[in-house]
Amino acid sequence: MYYFLQQLVNGVTLGAMYGLIAIGYSMVYGIIGMINFAHGEIYMIGAFISIISFLLLGILGITWVPLALLLVLLLAMVFTATYGWTVERLAYRPLRGSFRLAPLISAIGMSIFLQNYVQLLQGANVKPLPPVVTGGWVLGRDGTFTVQISNIQVIIIVLTVLLMTVFSWLIAKTPLGRAQRACEQDLKMAALCGVDVDRTISLTFVMGAALAAVAGLMATLYYGVIDFFIGFLAGIKAFTAAVLGGIGSIPGAMLGGLLLGLVEAFWSGYFSTEYKDVAAFCILVVVLIFLPTGLLGKPEVEKV
Amino acid sequence: MSLTPATPRSAAGPLDLPARLRDAGLAAFVAFMLFLPLVGFRLEGAEGRLGLAWRPDWVVIGTAAVFLGHLALSIVRSLRPRAVRPAGAGPFGRFVSRHALWLGGAGVAFALALPFLPFSSRYVIDVATTLLIYVMLGWGLNIVVGLAGLLDLGYVAFYAVGAYSFALGYHWFGLGFWEALPLSGALAALFGILLGFPVLRLRGDYLAIVTLGFGEIIRIVLLNWVQVTRGPNGISGIPRPTFFGIEFTRQPAEGELAFHQLFGIDYSPDHRVIFLYYLILALALLTNVFVLRLRRLPIGRAWEALREDEIACKALGINPTNTKLTAFALGAMFGGFAGTFFATRQGFISPESFTFIESATILAIVVLGGMGSQLGVVLAAAVIVLLPEFGREFEQFRMLLFGAAMVGIMVWRPRGLLAHREPTVRLHVRGAHEERPR
Repeated sequence: MYYFLQQLVNGVTLGAMYGLIAIGYSMVYGIIGMINFAHGEIYMIGAFISIISFLLLGILGITWVPLALLLVLLLAMVFTATYGWTVERLAYRPLRGSFRLAPLISAIGMSIFLQNYVQLLQGANVKPLPPVVTGGWVLGRDGTFTVQISNIQVIIIVLTVLLMTVFSWLIAKTPLGRAQRACEQDLKMAALCGVDVDRTISLTFVMGAALAAVAGLMATLYYGVIDFFIGFLAGIKAFTAAVLGGIGSIPGAMLGGLLLGLVEAFWSGYFSTEYKDVAAFCILVVVLIFLPTGLLGKPEVEKV
Repeated sequence: MSLTPATPRSAAGPLDLPARLRDAGLAAFVAFMLFLPLVGFRLEGAEGRLGLAWRPDWVVIGTAAVFLGHLALSIVRSLRPRAVRPAGAGPFGRFVSRHALWLGGAGVAFALALPFLPFSSRYVIDVATTLLIYVMLGWGLNIVVGLAGLLDLGYVAFYAVGAYSFALGYHWFGLGFWEALPLSGALAALFGILLGFPVLRLRGDYLAIVTLGFGEIIRIVLLNWVQVTRGPNGISGIPRPTFFGIEFTRQPAEGELAFHQLFGIDYSPDHRVIFLYYLILALALLTNVFVLRLRRLPIGRAWEALREDEIACKALGINPTNTKLTAFALGAMFGGFAGTFFATRQGFISPESFTFIESATILAIVVLGGMGSQLGVVLAAAVIVLLPEFGREFEQFRMLLFGAAMVGIMVWRPRGLLAHREPTVRLHVRGAHEERPR
């Protein structure tokens, strides 16, 4: 029971990070119908910018942890968002209206490029960050086994819930969110009604990248090590989460991320850590067979 | 977007310098933001404490380069207004598709003569063999992506299945290359069916992620199932192919004949290399002939029709799932063949060879070539395989340039180097407006 609880805590933490990345995939897919393959790389860049910001703040002498965290969060979001914007501008915008596979290939190329860009600039070795946030809470004790939730986990979960709330409000209530939803339904019609489609798409990438940067920061804090290759697997997993929840649906992305995180945590807790990725993909296939549009996806009506 | 003609952005003449300076300044600002964190700082010292190095000169140089480059580019563009690009094939694509037959023939003749040409060396043949492996993989994937229009991001899984079924077949059951070849094709096709059956009824993009996941699953299983696959160490000592049972050794075993003795020529280690080259050439050509013939069969027509319009196909009584499944299985089969060849050529395989980058490369070959075009695949494979060969001096920048080239070629020619292949048959040759009495 206590073991179960511990895995639950770990799974929710993992799921929160997957969910934040998955939103970027889901939004972009909802609006322009492409798999933004470079999104995992954006997350990786977010993690690198976070670690660099931490060191920089350390040099500047800002060591009060809450302030440092807030500053790093802002820096990572701003700079990573610039990367998201640039990727869209250079690699996807010229291809808008082209056939379906062209932006995908361009995205794969971008992903390879960004990975090697970071590897060349920052070196291929693993980058460790000494623990910034320490301590935790004991939830329960069973003989020698204690169920713990660390402060980092608390921060991750609270921050994710907070961001999700802000984000849902952004989509539901602001003019930008309205423009996004209009673009999602029909790009051409939205343009005819006066929505600046290019700007909306750019902002979608910026928002997705900012959320991925938060996930990158969380991963840096949680795991303590990053390297230039973390974006690939995280990207695939997050995309899996987005598909699982129903691609194009924002609550779906969050739910899919959570589910994937739980599956992984329980699988590695009860079976084996080697095959946790296999388990995640198998769940995806099983869900898709029975629910072809994902958990919360809208069934797509095809018209002739 | 194609409706708006290329007009100058403002009324201040074609060379509106202040506006161009402002644009370039904005670009430079964005570049500065990009370069500041990742170029400006460098994490140093992996073990123990991490340090930070500061290199402002790189940021300044990079930003200045972007500013000047943007300015120069925009001025050049304004002086030479860009013509609206036609959607179809360019002059090059039209030329190639008109003369496809003799171009293809010339290519085959050249490939056949290559080992005997004066400039040919062991290195040239090695590179050509690698090229042909990619051509064959490209042609195999072309069935799936180009003809049937299914997006497969895990093609390398079938390649791995082929390679490992030979390696394991030899290791555990003592199978030779020629026995393993059909077996690995069949196994790869079986995997294709097993994977395709549940997911092919789904929407196209889901197929992409499931195939990608499948590629990863195969790799993870190969990596972790150490008792059978020896995990990350890979399998070595895979036998070299034989000339239908006759080996390429200097000293054959007692009572057996070696290749050079059979033909009465002097022994040379190049014989095996040349034989491997011809072997993959034959396999690739077999794939090509197979695909070209399939196209004329009802099943091939059904693939192309499905790619164009799935609903119309359903209305005409084509079963989309079964039709896609055949494409998927056939594509997988050729991937398996190529994998077997890869295993026998390398003599050593490990999960390292079957990463996602391979899948991406093969898919890039198909799409860069212009989906569905057989000659385009050859051209794109040549670009992708030979470019890194020329760039050996820039070893560390190789993948960086590869990624940038993929983006660049797509932006420059979204339809591929040769144009997208049209369906083989069409009712109205010039579109619906010009209806001819039939």
